[in-house]
Amino acid sequence: MACFIVPAGEAIVTSVVQKVIEKREKKAGGAKNKNIGLTWSRRLGWLNKLLWGGTILLALEHIWHGEVVPWPPFLTAMENPAEVAPMLHEMATVGVAMAIFVTVVWAIIVMIAEIKARVAVPEVKVKPVRGET
Amino acid sequence: MWLIMTALAAVITTVIWYIKAPNDKYKLGLLSLIFWGATLMWLVDHVMAYLTEGGEFLEINLDATLLGLSVITLALLVWVIVLLISDPKGILKRVLRG
Repeated sequence: MACFIVPAGEAIVTSVVQKVIEKREKKAGGAKNKNIGLTWSRRLGWLNKLLWGGTILLALEHIWHGEVVPWPPFLTAMENPAEVAPMLHEMATVGVAMAIFVTVVWAIIVMIAEIKARVAVPEVKVKPVRGET
Repeated sequence: MWLIMTALAAVITTVIWYIKAPNDKYKLGLLSLIFWGATLMWLVDHVMAYLTEGGEFLEINLDATLLGLSVITLALLVWVIVLLISDPKGILKRVLRG
């Protein structure tokens, strides 16, 4: 009915957070660390792409099934008061589950990337830089 | 059916991205994440519908197949638009300058 609205809401929030963090990282000299490892803006970028991608494709599926229309109130369930409660129930169950599942998968991806980056970084640190005297 | 088709597209784009990595000039990482996002969401949707309502886990018919194709087309369209806007090869810039 409208389950994709929940991940869409999360996508809006995480996109704003990513932009704010990106600005802070730039101010703090993020450009210097760009090639070293994972910045938080980059990590959040992955989550945003997962959420926005899923939302866009699920929106098409809802249009295909006639659950979303291009005119107000946009959600066909909203036209019938009897369908509003089941719609909200679906958002609270399926929608929230979708958002949580995508976020958990993203967290696992970030954890794996962190571990891989930690393993890769010491290889760089081992090489001592000889200064000219 | 659209779940399987999207999952297949996600796997294929991820493999191509991995072969080309770390070079991601053509933003295949974006395309694979778009497909993975939709795959994960539909997986939850299908599992929850199966557990609560029962019935077939996957809808396999012409309508579901057409929806799968449409979904893949939309993802490719989004990817192409992002690719053209970012213009990693600078082709559009050169064309517009004449």
